[in-house]
Amino acid sequence: MKHLAEYRDGDTARRLAAGIASIVTRPWAIMEVCGGQTHSIIRNALDQLLPPEVELIHGPGCPVCVTPLEMIDRALAIAALPGTIFCSFGDMLRVPGSHGDLLGVKAAGGDVRVVYSPLDALDLARRHPDREVVFFAIGFETTAPANAMAVRLAERGGVSNFSELVSHVLVPPAIAAVMESPGNRVEAFLAAGHVCSVMGTLQYPPLCARYRVPIVVTGFEPLDLLEGIRRTVVQLEAGRHELENAYPRVVTEEGNAAAKAVIAEVFEPCDRTWRGIGTILSSGWKLAERYARFDAERRFAVGGIVTAESALCRAGDVLRGAIKPNECPAFGRECTPRTPLGATMVSGEGACAAYYHAGRFAAVQGERP
Amino acid sequence: MSDEPPDMTRIACLAPLPHHERIVLGHGGGGVLTRELIERVFLPAFANPILAGLGDSAILPTEWFSSATGGGERIAFSTDAYVVQPLVFPGGSIGSLAVNGTVNDLAMSGAKPVALSAAFILEEGLEVGLLSRLVADMAQAARTAGVGIVTGDTKVVERGRGDGLSITTTGIGLVPAGSRLGSRPPRAGDAILVSGTIGDHGMAVMSVREGLGFEAPIESDSAALYGLVADLLAACPDVSLLRDPTRGGLAMTLGELVAGKGLGIEFDEGAVPVDPVVAAACEILGLDPLQVANEGKLVAVVPAAGAEAALAALRAHPLGGKAARIGRMVADHPGLVVARTPYGGARIVPMPLGEQLPRIC
Repeated sequence: MKHLAEYRDGDTARRLAAGIASIVTRPWAIMEVCGGQTHSIIRNALDQLLPPEVELIHGPGCPVCVTPLEMIDRALAIAALPGTIFCSFGDMLRVPGSHGDLLGVKAAGGDVRVVYSPLDALDLARRHPDREVVFFAIGFETTAPANAMAVRLAERGGVSNFSELVSHVLVPPAIAAVMESPGNRVEAFLAAGHVCSVMGTLQYPPLCARYRVPIVVTGFEPLDLLEGIRRTVVQLEAGRHELENAYPRVVTEEGNAAAKAVIAEVFEPCDRTWRGIGTILSSGWKLAERYARFDAERRFAVGGIVTAESALCRAGDVLRGAIKPNECPAFGRECTPRTPLGATMVSGEGACAAYYHAGRFAAVQGERP
Repeated sequence: MSDEPPDMTRIACLAPLPHHERIVLGHGGGGVLTRELIERVFLPAFANPILAGLGDSAILPTEWFSSATGGGERIAFSTDAYVVQPLVFPGGSIGSLAVNGTVNDLAMSGAKPVALSAAFILEEGLEVGLLSRLVADMAQAARTAGVGIVTGDTKVVERGRGDGLSITTTGIGLVPAGSRLGSRPPRAGDAILVSGTIGDHGMAVMSVREGLGFEAPIESDSAALYGLVADLLAACPDVSLLRDPTRGGLAMTLGELVAGKGLGIEFDEGAVPVDPVVAAACEILGLDPLQVANEGKLVAVVPAAGAEAALAALRAHPLGGKAARIGRMVADHPGLVVARTPYGGARIVPMPLGEQLPRIC
């Protein structure tokens, strides 16, 4: 943690914030794409340090939040199959499907386990050759290398009882979709540093050029985020729209060659439905044909999935930045972290959950959100 | 020598196997096996004459419940069930936890622990060697806390239905005459103290469970707190509230202090002591140290005027060396706990919903 302390210094943070305030001349709407950044902003209350002109819009970068309902229903169905061990990242367990969540499947007798890595799931498959072990492979480019590696190792090691339910999504198509959505207000992006640490930054200059929008690759610590925002505001004020890397200690232009190689071998691009947003062309990865036999979607014929999204939930509008979470009529009433209607109210990275708490505080101060 | 007649004098009826290695269902049957287990494992470890009587209930002398000053004492009574995986973890085990946890529940009422009961639910197949080790941990913790384990019970459940073992302990404690703990209700401006680093126990267990290796292993803080409480109350008798932030961590305890009350809490997040290794482990697993369990820490609400004396008393005790004054009770936002971040912002600290679920990224 010593290496992190230097990116968490309060005095430097206040200086950076003051620097932003001194250069801003008009309102700007900046979207942080990644849920990890949203989490850090809310947890450290960084948005409260910023001048009122700078508005942060929380983007569709919480992988749990954008995983489509149909995929969650499929996960619930597979997890409930006898003989299956269903492995998932922790915050997926409480995300509501059409009827219940993975915690409910677990309570009803399904073998649902939290793992920290797909390699742990692969290990479970080796130790339980008589069981089918399924890993719920969600996430952005960041989690893809390990998910790809697990499939490759399963193939090399002949672990035939391992499979992945893949629902990978990609950042650059999401940025394009936000810019092309009607009523878009976003004028600049903080690109997700960890995604870029894998993929590099070469995908972004064409987006800057096509949409005339600044994109600044940004880290996750408080000072990283403030520096990213500062550089974004500098560009906006100067009328520039370039890619900048404000996270060079982690991100290089070319990214991680080994990680990209395993991704390219195991995954191939596909269209993907984003929960609350809709289908975005070429916005995800699925298992390549060569690895299709590790695809849980093909292995388990769980038919008859009829999805039923809450009619009240407006998570899609929130994820596009069209409304603030507390502008949703269900916010804080039918929908709370305890009784979430949409995924954005579940994860610590979800904008609605983050607002639920921050909003309550604002209400106490007399600024009813 | 096959043509010699067999030596019939060597033949004897074989006694049933003694089952010394693993727990079998019969160990919970109330028969000879149960008796053997008690005599072999529990009695020597707990070495308590009242327990050794093996009566249906422990008979405690009334002198245990009165002090030299005579009169005015009150009896505190508490029970808690313990389940944890793994059963043994750095810094403790389910055995030490089962003693310290109940002793601490008593201590939070200002009660000096007097006697404990212990009920065991053992899973068929549990190694007797492991059970003996856990029972030795209990005995050691009880000696350290100055409390006797005076009565108990043992049952055995079928393999696969018991997770090794679970322990329920019940404790009786004595609140000294004249104790003023809790008699002064919390007020706006009162100081909030914690007795040391938070999250140690939860991360010690979690790092073993998840196979995280750190250069220095994280040790559970499991410890009996009555001595610390006694020193604190001697220095600052008008402590309004004491809590031990176990499950749900500091966030849960602070939330409970103000839930439905006319006061709120504001604390300085940077002032909350967190061991750097614990902070790093939380970072890796996507957990919030404020929500991670402690088993040897207390939170105290004390009048502002007595805060420094109280803090000094905590720090002078071996279990309170890293005690800190983290915040205060406020009238501004009743029912809410607000953390001031090191950056000058503020955020609500919610009570955790249930189990903490690690974040994906």
